[in-house]
Amino acid sequence: MSNTRPTSPHLGIYRWRVNMLQSTLHRLTGLFLCLGALLVGWGLIAAASSGAAWNVFAGFCGSLPGMILLFLWTWSLLFHLCHGIYHLLHDAGQGYGPANRDREFAPVYWKVGWSVLALSVVLTVLVWILLIVHMGGGAA
Amino acid sequence: MSAYPGQEGLRTPLKVARGNGASGTGVHHWWIQRVTAIALIPLSIWFLFLVGGLLHATYPEVLASIAQPVHAIFLIVLSACLFWHGALGLQVIIEDYVHTRWLEVTLQIALRFGAVLAALACVMAVLSVWLTGTGYY
Repeated sequence: MSNTRPTSPHLGIYRWRVNMLQSTLHRLTGLFLCLGALLVGWGLIAAASSGAAWNVFAGFCGSLPGMILLFLWTWSLLFHLCHGIYHLLHDAGQGYGPANRDREFAPVYWKVGWSVLALSVVLTVLVWILLIVHMGGGAA
Repeated sequence: MSAYPGQEGLRTPLKVARGNGASGTGVHHWWIQRVTAIALIPLSIWFLFLVGGLLHATYPEVLASIAQPVHAIFLIVLSACLFWHGALGLQVIIEDYVHTRWLEVTLQIALRFGAVLAALACVMAVLSVWLTGTGYY
C-alpha cells in the first residue's frame, strides 16, 4: 500500500485497563445485537404475514437454541444499554481522560467499570426470573 | 501565490479542515450515533416490557398488541433507530477490520442496502398490522 501515514502502536504494548474490557464487550454485544435486530424484523414480518409464519417464529423463540440466544440477547442488550449510558456520560466529559483510567489515580473508574458489567448481569438474571415467575415457569 | 501547502484562495488550511475531522465528513456519524443511542434507551426498555408481555400470547393477541397506536408508533421509531444505530456501529467495525479495499466498499454498500431494507420491512410490517388489523391482507 502507498499509505505512509503513521500507524498506531499494537494493542500489546498497553497496560491492561478495565476500559479495554468495556470497549471490547460494547463492540461484541453491539455486533450480536445487530443479529437480534434481524430477529425483531423476522418477528414483525411474521406477524404481518400469517398465523403460520408467526408460529414458526414463536417456535424458534421457544426452542432451546432460541431460548439460549434470547438469554444472550437480553444480556447483550442490558450491557450495551448500561455501558452505553456510561459512554454517554463520558461523551459529556464526565470522568473521562487518561488520568481517570489509571488505577492509582482513579480507583473509582475501575470500580464503576466492573460495576456496570455486574449490573448488566444482575439485571439479566432479574429479567429472566421475572419472566419465568410471570409465565409460571413456562417457556416462550 | 499560496502561503500554505494545499491552500486554495484565501482560506487557511485550518479554515478548510475545521469541523471536518480526519474522515472529511465532520461529526455527523458521531452525532447521529449518540442521538439514536439516547432514543434507544427508553425504546429498548419499553421493548423488553412489550416482549415480556407477549411471551405466551396467541397470534391474534400479538396482532392486537402491535395494532395499538402507541405500540405501533414506538415499534416504528424503534425500527428506524435500531437499524440506523446498528448500521453506524457495523460501519465502524468494517472500517476497522476489513482492509481489502474492494471487500470493504462492497460490505459498506451491502450494509446500507441491508439496513434500509430491514428498517423499511419492519416499518411496513407494523403499518400493515396497525392499519388493517390483520397484517398484509
